[in-house]
Amino acid sequence: MSEIITFDGVTKRHGDVTSLQDLHLGVHQGEVLALLGHNGAGKTTAMKLILGLIAPSEGELRVFGAAPQGSAANQLRQRLGFLPENVGFYEQLSGREVLDYFARLKRVDRHQIDDLLEQVGLGEASNRRVKTYSKGMRQRLGLAQALLGEPQLLLLDEPTTGLDPAATRDFYTTVKTLRDRGCTVLLSSHVLPGVEPYIDRALILGAGRRLALGSLDELRNQAALPLTIRVKGDEAMNTPPADLPAHEMRRLNGHACEFLVPPENKMQVLRRLATMPGVEDIELLPPSLEHLYTHFSANQSSRGLS
Amino acid sequence: MNAVVSVARKEFQDGLRNRWVLAIALVLALMAVGIAYFGAAASGGLGFTSLATTVVSLSTLAVFLIPLIALLLAYDAIVGEQETGTLLLLLTYPLSRSALLLGKFLGHGLILGVATTLGFGIAGIAIALGAPDVELLALARSIGLLVVSSVLLGWVFIAFAYLISVWVVEKARAAGLALIVWFVFVLVFDLALLALLVGAQDGGDWLPYLLLLNPTDCFRLINLAGIEAAQAYSGLTALAKESAFQPGWLMLILIGWIVVPLGLALLRFRHRSV
Repeated sequence: MSEIITFDGVTKRHGDVTSLQDLHLGVHQGEVLALLGHNGAGKTTAMKLILGLIAPSEGELRVFGAAPQGSAANQLRQRLGFLPENVGFYEQLSGREVLDYFARLKRVDRHQIDDLLEQVGLGEASNRRVKTYSKGMRQRLGLAQALLGEPQLLLLDEPTTGLDPAATRDFYTTVKTLRDRGCTVLLSSHVLPGVEPYIDRALILGAGRRLALGSLDELRNQAALPLTIRVKGDEAMNTPPADLPAHEMRRLNGHACEFLVPPENKMQVLRRLATMPGVEDIELLPPSLEHLYTHFSANQSSRGLS
Repeated sequence: MNAVVSVARKEFQDGLRNRWVLAIALVLALMAVGIAYFGAAASGGLGFTSLATTVVSLSTLAVFLIPLIALLLAYDAIVGEQETGTLLLLLTYPLSRSALLLGKFLGHGLILGVATTLGFGIAGIAIALGAPDVELLALARSIGLLVVSSVLLGWVFIAFAYLISVWVVEKARAAGLALIVWFVFVLVFDLALLALLVGAQDGGDWLPYLLLLNPTDCFRLINLAGIEAAQAYSGLTALAKESAFQPGWLMLILIGWIVVPLGLALLRFRHRSV
């Protein structure tokens, strides 16, 4: 598969502040990549670089094979959609008029506006002024705007803030449809549990550096984080076995406790627990993106201190 | 080019929707008709007096109002969009920064142009209908000159407003600066010039040329120089009788006053970070 975005040792400085340092990254076509990190980690900077809004201080960046600030910029912008973090619209216009304006600017067919409004669930509110929209509705209008002209690359900065769970699910379903069509999606989010099922790879950024990059499985292996095994059962938990090959045991309440188990000991622990009398239920919780995220960013800060 | 038209179209529609066009036209028409009718109130009479008096009064009105309206209309063109977050979005569209600014200029310029033409046009018709024995051709000529020069003056201050708007990062600061610009060009400059004139005992042949440094004075000169009789009323402007002060040249100078700030705004906007 071809690389849509290539960061080759890209550094971005604003005066003394380095917001992105020596980033190497290749994003393939049809991939959903999540950018994760605290505020100021460099997520938005990376997006602005891809959009050509700012130029790298060092290194080379190519989007669709060309520098996003160069002469090919207009062609590139025709092919991408962007949803900014704090999206604001023209309050005095209706949702449809906003899309109409942006469609004209992007020179795309304006017949798709109705379909897009329907798709993001704004069909009924399309003739109301944006002033009357809730935060979630604005976010959806922003998404509809980003989808104008069937973009091949979508950049979504914190796309699900302000959306309720149902709308978030709808949103990710849309993302999935787009990916199936071959669209490349870059999204930043700090609502980790929502993102997890929908992403191919995650890039974890901390203070402008790349802390980790890979699919969730790869990141799990790399971090070698323990899994959590949750066991329920009244009697068994009064006298939990002390000799299990687990890092740590936590008692949750009277009849459940959790074991933190290194991945290689998983089967051994499971077998022991399964044969114990009084065990009613065993739950297996692999480390989530949240754990990974905490792990990698904690590593960074301890390295930074030493 | 397409993008410029799209932006201009949107700005103009906004102007119609939030009633800028209507408000400007109404204010100008009402005040102009009022001035024409009450022009002789100071000397104890009512009703239309002479074309010269009316034109002097109308251009004095326009000098105060048009710059203020233009600045209010356009001061938040860029900084306002930045504050709502739409600027960031617009700049990711296939549309150059120059096209965005020029499109806005076209839109705002059209709003001001239509409203001014309507406002003074209505006033002109009212005078033609209401005033006895006014020479229609002379009236049309004066009102036409007034409209054209008012529109140019308005565009000058729209360009100033853009220059402010691309320079600052807060809307409130842009509003403050816009008022200062208005104050300087409409009030302070002429006072300073008068002080200079009084101070300069000998010579002072160069003084009239200082008027060209202020677009509002250029505007005044255009409207007053066109009318022989008006020169009696015009005090300071009576100084200016040379070729550089003929309406044609003055219009060119006004156009220069549009092009320079607009060009600076374009340059500055190109290097503005978002």
